[in-house]
Amino acid sequence: STICQLAEIHFILLFSRQGKLRLQKWYTTLPDKEKKKIIREIVQIILSRNQKTSSFVDWKDLKLVYKRYASLYFCCAIEDQDNELLTLEVVHRYVELLDRYFGNVCELDIIFNFEKAYFILDEFIIGGEVQETSKRSAVKAIEDSDMLQETVEEYMNKPAF
Amino acid sequence: MALTIVSQIFPREMIPAVLPLIEDKLQHSKEIIRRKAVQALYKFYLIAPNQVQHIHDKFRKALCDRDAGVMAASLHIYLQMIKESSSGYKDLTGSFVAILKQVVGGKLPIDFNYHSVPAPWLQIQLLRILRLLGKDDPRTSELMYEVLDESLRRAEINHNITYAILSECVQTIYTIYPNSELLEKAAKCIGKFVLSPKINLKYLGLKALTYVIHQDPNLALQHQMTIIECLDHPDPIVKRETLELLYRITNGQNVIVIVQKMLDYLKESKEEYAIINLVGKIAELAEKYAPNNEWFIQTMNAVFSVGGDLVHTDIPNNFLRLLAEGFDDGKEDDKLRVYAVKSYLALLEEDDALYPQKFLQVMSWVLGEYSSLVTDVDPEVILTKLHSLLRKTFVTSETKVWIMATVTKIASRTSCSKAVDEIIQEFSNSLDTCMRQYAFELKNLCKDKELMKNLLPFDASCSDMVVDASLSFLDGFVAEGLGRGAAPYKPHHQRQEEKLSQEKALNFEPYRLSFASSVSSSGITGRQSPTGLSVGSDTSVNSAETGHKETSTLKLEGVRKLWGKEGYLPKKESKEGKEKEPQTASCSTLSTGQVGDPPALRFDQVASISEEDKEKQQLASTLFIGLGSNAGVSLMGKAETATQKFKRRSKINEIQHSEEVSDFRNSAAADFGPLLDTRPINMEDSEGSLHTRLRKASLSSSDIVEDNLAFEMPQSLRKSGLEERLSENRLSQSSLFADSNIEIFQPSPSAQCESASKTPLIPSLPEELEELTHSEIVQLCQSDALALYLCKVWTDDSLLLTVFVSNKTTAVLNAVNLVFEEAEHFQILESPSYQFPAIEAESVERCQKYVWMDKICTQGVLSGSVNYQLEMETRLDFSVTLSLMDFIRPMQMTTEDFGKLWLSLSNDVKQNIKMSSSQDTLSAALNTLQQKLKLHIVDVIGNEGILACQLLPSVPCLLHCRTHSRMLALWFRSPCSALPDSLLYQCQKVMEES
Repeated sequence: STICQLAEIHFILLFSRQGKLRLQKWYTTLPDKEKKKIIREIVQIILSRNQKTSSFVDWKDLKLVYKRYASLYFCCAIEDQDNELLTLEVVHRYVELLDRYFGNVCELDIIFNFEKAYFILDEFIIGGEVQETSKRSAVKAIEDSDMLQETVEEYMNKPAF
Repeated sequence: MALTIVSQIFPREMIPAVLPLIEDKLQHSKEIIRRKAVQALYKFYLIAPNQVQHIHDKFRKALCDRDAGVMAASLHIYLQMIKESSSGYKDLTGSFVAILKQVVGGKLPIDFNYHSVPAPWLQIQLLRILRLLGKDDPRTSELMYEVLDESLRRAEINHNITYAILSECVQTIYTIYPNSELLEKAAKCIGKFVLSPKINLKYLGLKALTYVIHQDPNLALQHQMTIIECLDHPDPIVKRETLELLYRITNGQNVIVIVQKMLDYLKESKEEYAIINLVGKIAELAEKYAPNNEWFIQTMNAVFSVGGDLVHTDIPNNFLRLLAEGFDDGKEDDKLRVYAVKSYLALLEEDDALYPQKFLQVMSWVLGEYSSLVTDVDPEVILTKLHSLLRKTFVTSETKVWIMATVTKIASRTSCSKAVDEIIQEFSNSLDTCMRQYAFELKNLCKDKELMKNLLPFDASCSDMVVDASLSFLDGFVAEGLGRGAAPYKPHHQRQEEKLSQEKALNFEPYRLSFASSVSSSGITGRQSPTGLSVGSDTSVNSAETGHKETSTLKLEGVRKLWGKEGYLPKKESKEGKEKEPQTASCSTLSTGQVGDPPALRFDQVASISEEDKEKQQLASTLFIGLGSNAGVSLMGKAETATQKFKRRSKINEIQHSEEVSDFRNSAAADFGPLLDTRPINMEDSEGSLHTRLRKASLSSSDIVEDNLAFEMPQSLRKSGLEERLSENRLSQSSLFADSNIEIFQPSPSAQCESASKTPLIPSLPEELEELTHSEIVQLCQSDALALYLCKVWTDDSLLLTVFVSNKTTAVLNAVNLVFEEAEHFQILESPSYQFPAIEAESVERCQKYVWMDKICTQGVLSGSVNYQLEMETRLDFSVTLSLMDFIRPMQMTTEDFGKLWLSLSNDVKQNIKMSSSQDTLSAALNTLQQKLKLHIVDVIGNEGILACQLLPSVPCLLHCRTHSRMLALWFRSPCSALPDSLLYQCQKVMEES
């Protein structure tokens, strides 16, 4: 598939220190079974890494760029020729966006408002490419769509996993 | 929100439906909507570039949008388009530079800042675009120097994002046409990265070093100590990158140390992907720079045993080819072979060692071919060893077959052997049919030693075998078979087609006379049902050929029986001999089984724990040897040729080998049909060079043509009618032949005067073809002796390529061979080659080839070459551009048939296109389509029209057109899914042009 080769970021995974997946976003098309296998493999690789090592790992023909924020690992898969530092900053900017939207974000925010986390991600990255880099306008777009959404409470009370 | 979804999950079939809606959104007043619309178009572009081709100017508008976000989104599209072809966008360089200047200068709204760095993502995107634009282009690069300098200067803050920009900047500087001042600054930057204590930055620095190393080996010298430290870094990615760097600076002097480092890493590494990658690199280095035979063999042994069965099949194949072809010095070759045999015997000495299958296959081949070079080892010993291997359970049946072949080869050189007898005994009733067959073959061969020696000549693995591929000696058998009423053989493509046409409900081909003749020739078998009639047309085209091919499948069975009992057909034998070579080179199974490193391969470890620093210094000096003294790029890595020990002998050999790598099991299947179709497949390696060569040729000669043209014009007035037509042709050069604009090139002015005597040199179509629609005759290529001309004749059932070869010399040219290469998209009926027995002096010969399009593409290239013997063997390459329209023919049918067929077809594509003022009526539009695209107008009812055409040989495509408010709605249907898309593109093109 051509799209597969063209996307800058192939997928993004968020998982906790215990290895629980919190959020996944794929910019390539893969069967579910394959995805599960990849997730298991990657979580294991990253959790077993030493704190002192670099934030990059070779994985198959891709490169994993990851960073830990409190108890959450954010991990992106990119291609070899892509800029690793830039990807780290993409992750960082996403965390900033979450922080701005939720106000001092924590893992629980993402667990209970996972759909918001996805919205923010969609606003920020489209099809594997960074789109909106302005914090203010990204959060504003989400808040706008919140206004449209009538029954927020209903979602709030539903446990995610 | 909808736009967000559009760009995430959108199927290609729905694009035409929403495209106009999204185009509207480009004018929306809210910038967020505009931005997402651009993004959605970008996705469409990735999915189906053809369908958004007509809105390129809208992308340009988006680039100039007043909102920087929209502009940034459009950069994605540009980056992609420039990646595909940078030449079309050079004019935008100025704009990109201006944008980057503004961004770097902080002219953007504060919103776009990220940690007080202005729009870093935008900057990086722009840097990437500039990199692509400035590559190898001094003029475009010059525009960028200033702004690049500026970005380097501005990115001073100590933050990750600035490092990201810096590294991108450095990469751009090294990619574009070099500027010494910038290079110096970039080098300093890399230094900063490499020396950084932060591991992420260090890694990035190494990565940067890796790609600049070609241009600036001195940089690696400056950082050699850091590189050495990184070699023992605990983080595998740093280590791997370091090895990558070393791989690029390898030369004849440091190869031993570097390969050792790589092998060490290989042993620790567990990941499959990394192993495959690294093993390939080691094998490449070993082949290129091996200092001596022993080292080479040992390194390759290590590669095979550590890499196991993960290694790419190329590696054992290349290795065996090197051994077989040898190098310039025969004595050296033998030494190498003897060493290889000895080392394998030593390895097999250990009874319980487990080797990967591929390694065993390599060993058995080498032993079979060259064990007789080693005089002090009794063949009986080798045979016994092989015998014990055959009994092992971990050896797969494929490997056993390799070993069996080895046994056969060795047996042919010994008088009588107990081990051979035992093997025959044991495997004559093996459950594995392959093994059993081999055992029987061996048994029968042993009865006739003389024949066996002829069959398995020593060291003949790379000499050519003469194989009668047409199996002409079987013609009698076939004739007899046909006489008894057997059906003639049909080639694969024909059978498929027959199947297809039987599945289809309707057949649009008219009955043909030729069918009757082919029926009579095949006897009254009645195998063809009336629905299969359309096949008749091409049966007639190659009926001679078909009979021929028939032979191949039928007869081999017969031969095989002969083979076991009473002696052999000598020709068949040579074929069998050839079959044995392929299997030695064939490797297909992947199985597990890792082996410990054999003790013989151990090198002394270079680094020890004590006196670490001193050791490192020493290591550095060995690693960077050859770099310091001679910093010239020519000594670096791949550019080095002087020390390249293991050179390939010749291209031709290579081709033959790749051909030989065919699954050996085919031989048992007795299906030699495909063999007829095999021909040298050297597309991959020659195509690129061929193109450049062609381009050069046409460049250099086009000047001459222009000169000639200017000088010829007045003359043509008093020329004969023929000459006049020719010069007319020259003026109206058809766009179809964009890459060969040279028409007829007359050798000298003096020759023109005597036009009467020279006419034979100007090719012309024979009368029967002259009546058909055809293109102008264009020159393909020429040399001192030959000129090649081409004319496309669009016959009803195929594209007929007529190639004229004109002999410009005053001598007869013998054995001129014309060969078309196999092309992905096209299929040449009959054989792809043609041999002119002789071409008289100063005369023209002609050959014709029927071509079909196999896989749909809008345009493709069919390349080929002409070989001829004149003092020396000369080869002339050419290529022909064929477009989809060469294979589209009108399709006659009634409105009723159209209706039926329409309902039975499933693949459809719809699109609205704007009609220009010149063709605002339906009939005008239909006429355009009829004339330009050869579509057949079936019917016109009110504001609707239906058209039909077919892709040769018989894939129909139906088109339904409707006009409404200056829009033309096109609706295609066809059994083939790719055809409507391509035709739609052609329609858009012709409608825009008219």
